[in-house]
Amino acid sequence: MPTVAVTVVGADRPGIVAEVAGAVAEQGGNLEDSSMTLLRGHFAMTLIAEVDDAAQLEERLAHLAAEDLSVTVIEVPGDDTASSRPARYLLSLHGADRPGIVSATARAIASGGGNIVDVTTRLGSQLYVMTAEVEFTDDAAAEAVIGALEQVAQQLGVQLSLVALDPAGEEF
Amino acid sequence: MSVPLPAGRVREVLRAPNPALASRCDEADPTSKEVLQLAADLLATQAVSPGCVGLAANQIGVTLRVFSLDVSAHPRTRTSHGSFVLVNPVVESATRKDKVREGCMSVPDFTGDVRRPSRLVVRAFLPGSTEQVTLQTDAFEARAIQHEIDHLDGLLFLDRVVGAHAVFPRRHYL
Repeated sequence: MPTVAVTVVGADRPGIVAEVAGAVAEQGGNLEDSSMTLLRGHFAMTLIAEVDDAAQLEERLAHLAAEDLSVTVIEVPGDDTASSRPARYLLSLHGADRPGIVSATARAIASGGGNIVDVTTRLGSQLYVMTAEVEFTDDAAAEAVIGALEQVAQQLGVQLSLVALDPAGEEF
Repeated sequence: MSVPLPAGRVREVLRAPNPALASRCDEADPTSKEVLQLAADLLATQAVSPGCVGLAANQIGVTLRVFSLDVSAHPRTRTSHGSFVLVNPVVESATRKDKVREGCMSVPDFTGDVRRPSRLVVRAFLPGSTEQVTLQTDAFEARAIQHEIDHLDGLLFLDRVVGAHAVFPRRHYL
């Protein structure tokens, strides 16, 4: 079965998840990893699914596209969850909003070999907040990027920290 | 409280970003008039702020290691020492982490999931006293004390969230 990446973005309303997940199910598909969230009133979903036929799924979702939702369906390679960067860190940043915070921070991480695997940003009335999970080859690589990140934080006038996350998670 | 405090004044609570909230606060003289007035002001400001269970001095613009707390009315509270102010608090021990969603008057638009120890022993001075007290607590009071001590170190709960999806929008502070 082909693996597809589906994105749906548009003005929020009840039923979007039900309709997209329903179309995948009707297509004999299996919805795997997904991220679905509300971003300033726009519902945004990205999902990976195995389906019988990518073109047929796109047809089933066509009515959503007609209702002012943006829909894409593309075939992608299968599962590849193995990471060569086992040291996972959490970057927390907050400060006054200004253009370029994410780009400068991400550039510093990329130049140090870090790979951003999960990131959210939030804009409040006065405060911009970015939290990102970043994978490095080892702890030394993460420590090596801290200087560049602190420099970025100073230039942007924001507070920033990078702390190690337990890759296995905590058990209770 | 070991000595009577002067009348407290309700002060403006600063919001992030603000340099006072990013500063590591200085040690305070627990017997100084300034600290007694600060303690009274923190309690007065906390008392009129709906849902506020604690306030650090730098949240009202004073960069001294002083905070107020009162979690007695909160449903997550187990042990409560009532309404009090601590000066120059030092964590003696902190164990048994759990994760709870926190908010902050200085970060009114967001909440966040933070993992912190739920058993806590803190050493500190009471306002007007030169003798240190040791306070042993748990659950919500332990969490609130650590949140306030973070403020005194220039940290917000946003610096402690557990992951990339652990900050949530909130329209109003309650």
